[in-house]
This record gives sequence, C-alpha cells and structure tokens, in this order.
Amino acid sequence: MRTLLETRLMPAIVVAVIVITLPLFFPSAYYYRIGALVFIFALAVVGLNLLMGFAGQVSLGHAGFLGIGAYSVAIGPIHFGAPSWLCLFAGAILSGAVAFLVGRPILRLKGHYLAVATLGLGLLVAIVLTNEAGWTGGPDGMSVPRLVLFDWSLRGADTWYWIAGTTFVGGFVLALNLMGSPTGRALQAIHDSEIAALVLGIDVARKKLTIFIISAMYASVAGSYLALFNGYITPDAAGFLRSIELVAMVVLGGMGSIVGSLVGAAVLVVLPQALTIFHEYEQALLGLIIMVFMIFLRRGIVPSIAAAFAGRRK
Amino acid sequence: MMILDADRLSITFGGVRALDGVSIAIESGQVFSIIGPNGSGKTTLFNLVSGIYTPNDGSIRFAGEIVTGLPPDQLARRGLSRTFQNLQIFSRMSVLENAMVGRHRHERTGVLADLLHLPSVARQNEATREAAHKALARVGLGDAGERPAGSLAYGALKRLEMARALASDPKLLLLDEPAAGCNPVETQEIDGVIRSIVKDGITIVLVEHDMRLVMNISDRVHVLANGRTLTEGTPEQVRSNTAVIQAYLGVHGSKEAVRAFD
Amino acid sequence: MAELLQFISSGLTVGAIYALVALGFTLIYKSSDIINFAQGEFVMLGGMTTVFVALAGVPLPLAALIAIIVTTAIGFALHRLAIEPARGASPVALIMITIGASIFLRGVAQIVFDRRFHSLPPLFGADPIQFGGAAILPQSLVVLASATAIVTLLWLFIDRTLLGKAVLATAANRLAARLIGIDTRRIVDFSFAVSAAIGAIAGILITPIALTSYDVGTLLALKGFAAAMLGGIGSALGAVIGGLLIGMIEAFAAGYFSSNYKDAVAFLIILVVLVSIPQGLFGRAKVERV
Repeated sequence: MRTLLETRLMPAIVVAVIVITLPLFFPSAYYYRIGALVFIFALAVVGLNLLMGFAGQVSLGHAGFLGIGAYSVAIGPIHFGAPSWLCLFAGAILSGAVAFLVGRPILRLKGHYLAVATLGLGLLVAIVLTNEAGWTGGPDGMSVPRLVLFDWSLRGADTWYWIAGTTFVGGFVLALNLMGSPTGRALQAIHDSEIAALVLGIDVARKKLTIFIISAMYASVAGSYLALFNGYITPDAAGFLRSIELVAMVVLGGMGSIVGSLVGAAVLVVLPQALTIFHEYEQALLGLIIMVFMIFLRRGIVPSIAAAFAGRRK
Repeated sequence: MMILDADRLSITFGGVRALDGVSIAIESGQVFSIIGPNGSGKTTLFNLVSGIYTPNDGSIRFAGEIVTGLPPDQLARRGLSRTFQNLQIFSRMSVLENAMVGRHRHERTGVLADLLHLPSVARQNEATREAAHKALARVGLGDAGERPAGSLAYGALKRLEMARALASDPKLLLLDEPAAGCNPVETQEIDGVIRSIVKDGITIVLVEHDMRLVMNISDRVHVLANGRTLTEGTPEQVRSNTAVIQAYLGVHGSKEAVRAFD
Repeated sequence: MAELLQFISSGLTVGAIYALVALGFTLIYKSSDIINFAQGEFVMLGGMTTVFVALAGVPLPLAALIAIIVTTAIGFALHRLAIEPARGASPVALIMITIGASIFLRGVAQIVFDRRFHSLPPLFGADPIQFGGAAILPQSLVVLASATAIVTLLWLFIDRTLLGKAVLATAANRLAARLIGIDTRRIVDFSFAVSAAIGAIAGILITPIALTSYDVGTLLALKGFAAAMLGGIGSALGAVIGGLLIGMIEAFAAGYFSSNYKDAVAFLIILVVLVSIPQGLFGRAKVERV
C-alpha cells in the first residue's frame, strides 16, 4: 500500500523538491521573480495539458480564462470593494461557468473546427476586456490591489515564488490524482477512441465538458496570481499570442506529460528574459520554436528524453 | 425471453436505402449470427442496434424496453456492449487499463473524489482492476496486463476488445467480425472464447464472414442481402438454402459455393 | 440612405479583401486539408514589401511586382519547408505549424521593416466619388474590380485548364489523384504559391485605404478564415460570398452599433456558424461512417 502511494505521487515529490531547493541556486533576488512566473504559467499549462495532451481536445483560446481570472482580482476589489482572495475564487467560478456555457456546444466539434471555435472564444474575451474601459481600464489595463491575508500584504517576488510554487505542486497533485482515477481513464479513452468510449458507457460529452471546466479553472487561478503578483494587468494577458504561448508550452514540454508542463513553461518564460537586448527577436523566435517543435519534436522535450533513455537501456 | 427485438428497421443514407424493413428477434442466451454478402447491410444493422445510427423507420426493444434512438453510452448502461471490426483499442493505454475502462459503467466515484483521490477512489481502482483482470483471464490475456495495448498481436487485440466489452458485464454482446483477418489458430481461440461467454448466460450477436465459425457456433443465422432479410433459420437450414448461396456467389457459382459452405 | 450606401461601399471594399484571403484559405484547404493561418501574413507582406521596395527608389509598379514575387516565393517556401516535412501530422499540429509560421513572419517583418503604419498612393487619386450622398473612394472600386477579376480568372483557370482540373482532382481525392499520375506535391506547391500571390495583391490594393503595418496579418487571417467558414470551407463561391458578407456585417455593426466591437463580429460569426451549421452556407455536411 505504501509503495503504491509513493510510486503514484513520485513526480509530485520530485517537483516539490525542485521548488524547495531551487532558491538555493539563485544568484540574486531577481530569480525569485522568474521562478514565480514559471510556476504561475506552469499551473495554467498543467490545466491545458489535461485538456489537450490527456483528453485529446484542443484550446487555442485558453488565455481567455487567464484573463477572466486576472481581471476578477482587479475589478472585484476596485469596483466592488471585495477582498482579493474572494475575487480569486469568484474568478475561478466565473471561468468555470463560461467554460460550461460555451463548452456545451463547441466540444461537439473536433480537430480544426474545435481549434478555431476556441480561438474565437479567446479573442472575444480579449475584445471585451479591451473595450469595456469603464470596468477594465481599456487597452492600457488597470492596476491590481495587492492580496491581503490576515492583515499581511502579500507582495514581493520571494513571497510569490512560494505561493506560486506551492499552488503549482498542489495543482500537479490534483492532476496526477485525476489521471489515475476512473475519470482519468475515461478521458484517456476518449482521446484514443471516442466511439469505443461511448459504447463502454462513458458519457463523452459530459466528460469533455468536465475537463474543459477544470482546465479553465486552472488557467483562471494562474491569471489571478499573475495579476496579484504584478500589481497590474492589461488585456494582452487574454490575447491570441498568449493563448498560442500556452499551447506552445504544452507542446514543448510534452503533450500529456504533466512534468513537461513545468519544462515548457520554464523555456518560454525564461526566453524573453534571456533575450534582453534582442527582445525584438522574441516573436520571430517564438514562431520558429513552434514550427521546429511541431515539425520535428512533436512529442515534446520530456517524452523525447524519456524515450531516449528507454532506448538506451535496451 | 426476447432480449433484443428489432421491428422493421429502415435507414437511408443520402439516397441509398441501406436497410429496408429488417426485423430480428433474439432470445436470451443465444448465439445469433448475421451474415450476407458485402454491402448487404450487416454493419448498418449492427450500428443501428448499438445506437450509433438512428433508424428512419422501425423500433428496437432491449430487454423489454424501447430503446430506439438512444445513443451508445445509454445502451451500454443498460447492458449492451460491442466490439469493432476495425479495432478501436485505446492504444495509449496498457492492456489492463483497456479492460479497466470497460468497467466504467460500474464505477461510482465522481470527479471531485477523483481529483482529491479520496479513499473511495483507491477502493474503486482496486475493484476495477480485479474485475478487469478477470475479464482478461477469460479471453486468455491474463498475463498481458502490463503490456502496452499497441504491442499485442492482431488476434490478441481482437480478444482484448472482447475482454473490454466483457468487463462491462453486458447482457448482450455484439461482436463485429471477430474473426476478420485472423488465421485458423486465432479463429479457433475466438471460437473458444465465445463459447465460454455464452456459458455465462450472455447473449451473443455475431456479424461474420467466416462461414465455418458461423456454422459451428450459431443457434440461429439471419441472412441479409441488399438491405433486406433474405431468410433466417438454423445453420443447417441456411447452409442448404439455394437463395442464400446465390446471393453470395450468383447463380453460376452455386456449385462452388455449396462446397464453400461445407 | 446616404449612410446606408456608405456602409455598403466600405463593407464591400473590406469584404473584397476578406474574400480574397478566404479564397486563398480555400484553395490551400481544398488541395491539402490544411488551414493556413499564415494567409494573413501574405497580405501584410504584399503591402509592406511594396512600401519598402518603393522607398528604396524602385518605381511603384515594379515594386508591387517584386512584392508579389517575393510573397509567392515565401508561400512556396512555407509549404516546402514547414508543411511538407510534417506531412501526416494531425490537423491541429498542422494548424500550430501555420500559426507558428505566421508569428515567425510577423516577427521577422518587424525587424526587417519596422513597426509603423505605412501607406501607398491610390491608383486613381484620393478624391472620393459622390454617389447618392455617399463618398466612395476610387480605390474601393479598384479593389472590387480587381477582386472580381481575380475570382473570375481563378474560376476560369480551374474550370478550363488541365492544371486546374488537376487541382480539383487533388482536392476531391488525393490518393486517387496520385494514382492517375498527378504530382500532388506540385499541386499543393502551386496552391500555396497562388494563395500567396492573391494575398499579396490584396495587400497592395487595400493599403491605400486601410494602411499596412507588420501586424495587420493576424486579424485579416482570422476574419478571412471566418469568411471561409461562413461560406463553407472548401467552397470557393462560399469564400467570396462569406467575405463580402462579413465585410458588410462589420460595416453595419460599426455604423449602427459600436465601432469598438467591429472586430468581434467575425469571431462571433465563427462561433455561431461552427455551432449551428459547421458546413457553412455552401459546404457539404460530412456524414461520419463508422
């Protein structure tokens, strides 16, 4: 019994160890910021990976949910005077609700039809956020009040490193749990053969909707964290480019590999930081990375490494 | 007891009447085979009965309940299961996991419990694993559990689909050309598996081209041609029916055909 | 009445551009089942390249020709370098490749060109023609006439030439086309090249009216795609009508409703079409056989 638990949660333990020991290697406090951003995006990527890599669906508009979460913790406190932590939950619920409403009709679609439908959804969210300046501050965005818990204002890169890191490990564990459960098996089955899943009694439509909602909520929490961490938010957070970056992170790390979510997020968060003076090359490089990986390394980094090791062992 | 009662089923696809007024009545515990030349509507009939298509006309009763137009997952929950001619294996999962998915309609944990991995989920996983093992053992795949499903030989994959369907504890099992592409040894294995399933009281409906298997194993045989019922009867009645032989091979090939049916 | 005419005129003009983008989508989709998100970048490249080549001192007509040739070459390269190596990948993977290509082209454009808006001189002067109270730009008429010419030429080509028949055959059934000796790879090369050329021409024509910059491609691709979906992806007639419709609906929405939400029109249409009539106005519904 004990060994079973260990095997199942092993990846989570490894990741937790990474989160805890990484700061020992930080040359300066600046790296806490990068770490925090990596874990925030990795959280969103885990959710998206469950949807795309595991259940075999696709979402090219996932940043829309990121945006909903981000603006919830901005609009809520400023326009309604509600506490930030409550708005974080409200944002997740709202994202889930939107996913529920839109998911019902569009998850019937497959392949590129589904891709474009989710694309349209993400764009609509971004447009609304850009236009409703009275609520959202328009294209210039709005400032986000800091998260206050028990009179303690949560700010600073190191604080948020730990918050994001812990939440990421938590989200990681939930994802692992899901994968080894009846729901997880049903989702994998849907990925491999929807028709076979149906004849075995799986309510395919409902399961797809469930994972869509779950992945939306992951993105929403990540978006809220992003806003609270930065103290500011702009509609770009929900934009097309952001959605594509999220998908790129999934693909880079490895579709269906939850550990890969961390790798993919790390690569694409660190990239613009590493480019510094060459930052105008960022878009070209992003496009190039996406193309190269989708053409040659479609499996992604982590599964490719795992396969290389398995091959060498023989 | 009539476990399946399909009355005058008809369906048209873009101007082609694939099935025209076909009725079948299947008794519980039987092995019921549907045969006919290519294009006769066998697969269409199968897809209608298993809920993948909805008929334009006619009705279907399953265990006394009208189920016409119900989707496959709802039929599955009532105890109807099927395999696929072109194999719909979950290739990304292991052999055992494939069989475990078959258990889905008996699994009771919800999404929240699954996410939190509550004790009920661990118990459910254990129960499912056991039932899946049993199903695999019945088809002779008891030792193959940990292997990736994609690594099995063709005949073994056919048996895996059957194990997966069996894991759902069906009352009625539709087998879509289980012997297609199988060599004589594999076909013999399939024959044995079917017989053992029937012994457990599960009704089998078979679509098959392998006449030897059909004749050996069936209680009743229903012959389709051009979307209509040609005849129905015991294997002996059907094999000696000249209309059946002609439908398969045309009038001139009849002499050869008689030999083929032996 | 004057307002109505104004909206119709501007709606048809921009709609003609969407129609050309949608036509490019359709051509590529028909011959290879690929949805090419870089389609919008062809439009951008047409306009921007012409601007910058002209700025270097080349006379305008030659600059335009050079732009068309360069863009066509890029379209061809896109197929050979990015799409062909990934043959057999899932539809979503292929979409991601074209999205990656579009981001790449946009990224390179902002380095090679710049990030500002640019214009080109209109073909027949900038004085609007008065018609029933509405002011119609001569360039609008140029756009509409050119679009009509391109569509007609394309239709004649597909219908009357052997190569055109080969394209149709490839679109109908790739394997069968190869079995009768058609080099389907060349056909797809061709459709990418032609789509790029059409896109480039559209870009050159619309720049005098709507300006151009390194990032006009994305929105155009999305709207052109919406047009293709509305018309029924795979139907050339549908692409044209879809484009004109979306252009008009946008103009009316901007005029009578809110100009801020003009861009949302196309995306709303995508969602509505996909959910209710995924095959579009002129497409054929796919029956899934098990």
